This record gives sequence, structure tokens and C-alpha cells, in this order.
Amino acid sequence: MKDKKFISYLFEVAWILPSVAIPVSMLVAILITAFAVGVRVPTTAGRVSVSAVAAGVDATFSQTGLREIAPGRYEAIITAQTFMFTPNKIEVPAGSKVTFILTSKDVIHGFKINGTPINVMVIPGQVSRVTATFDKPGEYLFVCHEYCGAGHHVMYGTVIVN
Amino acid sequence: MASIAARARPVAISTDLSVERKLAGINIFIAFAALAIGGLMGVLQILRYNGLDLYTPSKPLLPGGYYQGLTIHGVLNVLVFTTFYIIGFLTYIFTKSLNRPLASSRLAWATLWVMVTGLVLAAIPLLANNATVMFTFYPPLKADALFYIGLTLVVAGTWLLLVNMIITRNAWLADNPGQRTPLPAFMSIVTMLMWTISTIGVASEMLFLVIPWSLGLVGGTDPVLARTLFWFTGHPIVYFWLLPAYISWYTLVPEQAGGKLFSDPMARVSFILFLILSLPIGMHHQVTDPGISEMWKLVHAVFTFGVFFPSLLTFFNVVASLEYAARRNGGEGWLAWIFNLPWGKPEISAQIVAMMLFAFGGISGLVNASYNVNLVVHNTSWISGHFHLTVGTAVTLSFMGITYWLVPHLTGRKLWSRGLAVAQPWLWFVGMGLFSHFMHELGLRGMPRRTDIGGAPYVQDEWRFFLFFALIGGLIMFVSAIFYYLNMIMTLTRGKKLAEAPDFTFAKALSGPEDAPKILDRLLVWVAIAAIILIINYVPTILDILSTATFDIPGRRVW
Repeated sequence: MKDKKFISYLFEVAWILPSVAIPVSMLVAILITAFAVGVRVPTTAGRVSVSAVAAGVDATFSQTGLREIAPGRYEAIITAQTFMFTPNKIEVPAGSKVTFILTSKDVIHGFKINGTPINVMVIPGQVSRVTATFDKPGEYLFVCHEYCGAGHHVMYGTVIVN
Repeated sequence: MASIAARARPVAISTDLSVERKLAGINIFIAFAALAIGGLMGVLQILRYNGLDLYTPSKPLLPGGYYQGLTIHGVLNVLVFTTFYIIGFLTYIFTKSLNRPLASSRLAWATLWVMVTGLVLAAIPLLANNATVMFTFYPPLKADALFYIGLTLVVAGTWLLLVNMIITRNAWLADNPGQRTPLPAFMSIVTMLMWTISTIGVASEMLFLVIPWSLGLVGGTDPVLARTLFWFTGHPIVYFWLLPAYISWYTLVPEQAGGKLFSDPMARVSFILFLILSLPIGMHHQVTDPGISEMWKLVHAVFTFGVFFPSLLTFFNVVASLEYAARRNGGEGWLAWIFNLPWGKPEISAQIVAMMLFAFGGISGLVNASYNVNLVVHNTSWISGHFHLTVGTAVTLSFMGITYWLVPHLTGRKLWSRGLAVAQPWLWFVGMGLFSHFMHELGLRGMPRRTDIGGAPYVQDEWRFFLFFALIGGLIMFVSAIFYYLNMIMTLTRGKKLAEAPDFTFAKALSGPEDAPKILDRLLVWVAIAAIILIINYVPTILDILSTATFDIPGRRVW
């Protein structure tokens, strides 16, 4: 009886140790990619007045579109509303580093550029700010990935990298 | 015997569970009726993804088309089916394991009536296309107020069961001084405690933000605060769905498979860890939200990895129990014992199949929780693939498997067709395996979730191939569901009346509760620890949002 208990105890320990080791090592891998490699997630980027954005008087969002802020560095100001992004076509040369600054004029939208790590919610009253570098030429599809109403599935755009 | 027992005690304690049996039956019936409608919506969706539009002919019934159907799919399957089933199942398991009825049968009936009232109120706008806001109902999407009031009542009804359980357990402890709460009752009350604490989030969202706003009492709301409160409940809710399946895996399956539970103390520890760690992790659903600092997102990711630990304990304990049962049935070898499990018993095979697919769902869930890795999959169909393995299989298929013994037990009718019941879980396994695999694949290739892909102008050629296999999977699942419902309807109407309804007992443990530290049963201690961690993990973010919130975002009806 005593032996049997000991064996089951060994079994438990043999299971518990890897049960701790697996999540801990995965966590370490995440911390390395986040803080050593620099793959970060969206964070707070300030609030914005929905009525000011709608009226076109907000300092940032009254002029949507792409602007070069330094050689090879761009800012793309984009507004989301049912059921479109403004602008929905952005053209940059290969190797550009682009910061996307977005907000919504009405409900919650989503913004994911396929083939890049960019994936962010676009929420009325909030500024979303995300950055990616486009090394390979091509067309990058971006879609609204949060249900935003009857026309949600026609809300998309492209980043064209030359 | 009965007279001796009655003489031994000053007051005979009733062991009449007829009310609990009725409540279990009614709740589970409502649950599966909801799942039938919700599931049918899923078939329409996967057909539409492949260019077969059944929404146009069903316009009179479903004026809101794809998105209304999708909202019904989500609300009925993950809110109504799960909640009603769990309340019915736990009511019965808890009282059966204590061998005494709930302290107040009036409160028990009130639980049902509050929930049913809520369901009816929420269903009215839902079916009239006035609440096409998905089951997550993120403001500024604005549904008819009845939808929110109804859902709040469903949740409030569940609180009444916890109150009843606490009174009943206290009375049981007073009658049985020094005894350990039996494992099934312990697990049931821990599940309800965890769930009730978690509902602070969605209840606050409903009462302070959404209901006054949908009634027009206030002009605006704050979407980030609403999302944060929603996910405060929204992640623990997945453990509210899972833990009742675990209760079956821990306390019923080992016995039904002809064995014993491997370790009662380990089971208690894992449930206490679920109580503490399921709660403070909701923000891993908001990794891509602006307005929440990345530091707190990381903290929630770390705690989410913490929940992986009791999940692995559960995996070990349940598989060890199954192995013990198989070896008693003559099983040998390292893995060959698997063939000695009672595969011919549908109530067992359904739940083992559910466990097998759940392993994959757990792994894809770890990907979702992995902070920056979430950027690859957030809001893509990967997520849909993930939760069709977890709530859609681990939970749903286990709940179906349970009914293969519970319905004959409650009704005294023999299962109509054993053959259909044996085939059904395997069809689900193949169908769901295909469907969810290809939904994961599509997600990795950028297909968004909750999107009318059949009408989207940007569908990529490579998606079409995967969509076809997802459709095949969906159709196999549909056949599985027909097998299940046909069997259940025939059992209820034509099933052979048995002379005596089959009874059941809970599994005994190889290592029993006497080996478990007594403090595990002191639930207040663990609730206090859970509350402290919850406060630390949420209060700074909520204060931060409140400090800048303007509550001026108007509601929209965009469908």
C-alpha cells in the first residue's frame, strides 16, 4: 500500500514539474520577443473627441492621408466609419517605416494588415497608433475585422508597396 | 433501514430530490432547444461562406440575414445553451452528491423563472432584428433595451442558485460536523462562486452603462470601459462553461468507465486554482485595444499562463483515472490500454472524444493568450476555430454525452438508439476536426471572423480551398447533430419505459479527500485571495479609463 502511494506520488511530481516548466518557458519566449526583439502590442495613445473628428476640426484627423515625416518614415492618418476607411489606399516605397494613426467616427472597427504584425482595434474616442516596416514590394490587404454593421464585409483597403 | 436512520437523528433530513430532478430536466430541455436553433444558424453561415445563400429565402424569418443569424448563433449557443444546461446540471449534481434537496425549493423555482423571463425578454428584440449586436454587444452598437434587460435577468437568476447552494452546504456541514464536502458538491459550489464573482463585470456594464443608455436616460457611453467590464466576465465565463464538463470528467466518467478517480486532493487543488486564476485575466481579449496600457495586458497574459497549470493537472488526473479504469478492464502496455476503455458506451466515448479535441483547443488558446503572438490571430477566424474546439466540443459534446445517461435516469426511458448514440460523437469529432482545423488555417491567412465572407469583395483565392473543407466539416457536424436530436426526441416520446430508472453513483477516489489539506474546503479564504488578485489586476486600469472617460459616445443602429 505504501509503495503504491509512493509510485502515484512520483507520477504526480513527474507531471507537475513539466506543467510548470512548459508555461514558464513559453512566457520567457514571449518576453524575449517583446522586449529584446521589440514585437510590442498596441497601448494607450490618447483620447480624441468623436464630435470634433466628425466635424472635421480635430487637429490630427481633420487631414487624413499619408505624410512623410522624415526620409523613409511616414505617418498615415486614417479614419474608420461605417463601412469605409479614409483613405483606403496607401502607397509607399519599399523599406518604408509607416506609423498608422487611426480613430473611428461611429462604432468599433478593426484594422489588420495581412502579412504584417499590425492588428489593432479602432474605437470611437480613442487613438490607435501602430507601426510597421514594409520591406517587400506588393499589395497588402487590410480589412475591418470587428463587426460594425450590415456592410462590415465591404470595409477594406490596401497598402501598396513599390 | 430508513426507520433506524430516522431514529438516529432528531429530525429526519429529506432526501427527496424530485424538485431538483424536474429543474434539471426543464433547464436541460431549454438548453438543447436553444442549441438546435443556434446550431442551425451555423449551417447557414458555412454555406454562405461557400457561396450558397439561404438568407434570401429565409428573409421573412430572418430579416437581418447573415449578421442577425450570427448574433442568434452566438447568443443561443454560448449564452443560453451553456447557462441553462449548467444551472440544471449543477442543481442536480450538487444535491445528489450531498443527498439532500436545496434548502429552498421556492428559491430554486424562482431561479428558473427569473432566467426564463430574461430569455423571453432578450429573444423578442433578437428575433425581430432589433439586437443584431453579436453576443458581445460592444457599444456603441445599440440594441433594443429589452435585449440587455433580458440577458441581465438570466445572469441574475444564476446568482440565486449560488445563494441556495451556500445555505444548503452550511446546513449539510452543520449536520455532518468534521466531514469533507463531497467532491461533486465542492466543485459545483466553487464553479458557481467563480462565476458569480466574475459577473460583477458584465452586471456593472449592464446596470451602469448599457441599460440606462439604451433606455435613453443618458446620452453617451464609453466603449473601452464597456469592453473592459465585458471581458472581466467574458474570460471567466469560458471556465463557467468548462468546469461543469470537468465535474463530469472527474466525478462521473471514472465510475462509468469502471474505475476510480486518481486523486481527490489534486482535483480540489485544481478547482481552487480555477477559482483564483480564471478571474483576473480578461484583458488578454483586449491585447489590441487602444486605451489600455501594454503593461497590464502583459500581466493578464502571465496570469492566463497560470491557468494552464490547473488545466494540466486536470488533464493528468482525468487521463490517469481513465488509464486505471482501462487497466481494470484488462488493458496493458504504455498506450494500448486506450483500446480497453468502454468505447461502446456513448456517454463515455462522447466525453473522451471531447477531451481529445479539447487538447488542441487548449493549445490554440495558449496562442491567443500569448501577448504579442495574439497579433497574428486576433479577430481572425483562428479564434472561431479555437472556441469551436473548446466550448463547441469540450463543453457541448460532453454535455451531449452526459445526456446519454442523464435523460434515461431522469425520465426512466431507455435510450432509443444506442447505435446512433455511438456514432454521433465520432461524426462530431471528424466534422469539428475538419471545420476547426480549416478555420484556424484561414485565420492564419488573414480571414476575419464575424464577417459575411460570402459577400466580401476581398476574398483571397487561397481561402476558397480551405472554406470548402470547412463546409464539409460543418455538414458532417450537422449530420451528427441530427443523430443526436433524433435520438433524444425519440427517447423522450417513444423510449421504452423502464421498470426502474437507472441510478448512478459518483466515482470513488484512489487517493481520497482524507489526503487533502482541510483548508481547501475553507472557501471564504480562497474567495478572499481571488478578490485581492482581481482588485490588483483590474482597479488600476478601470481607474485609468474612468479618469479620461467622457461618456459622450452616442449609440448607433448600423444594421
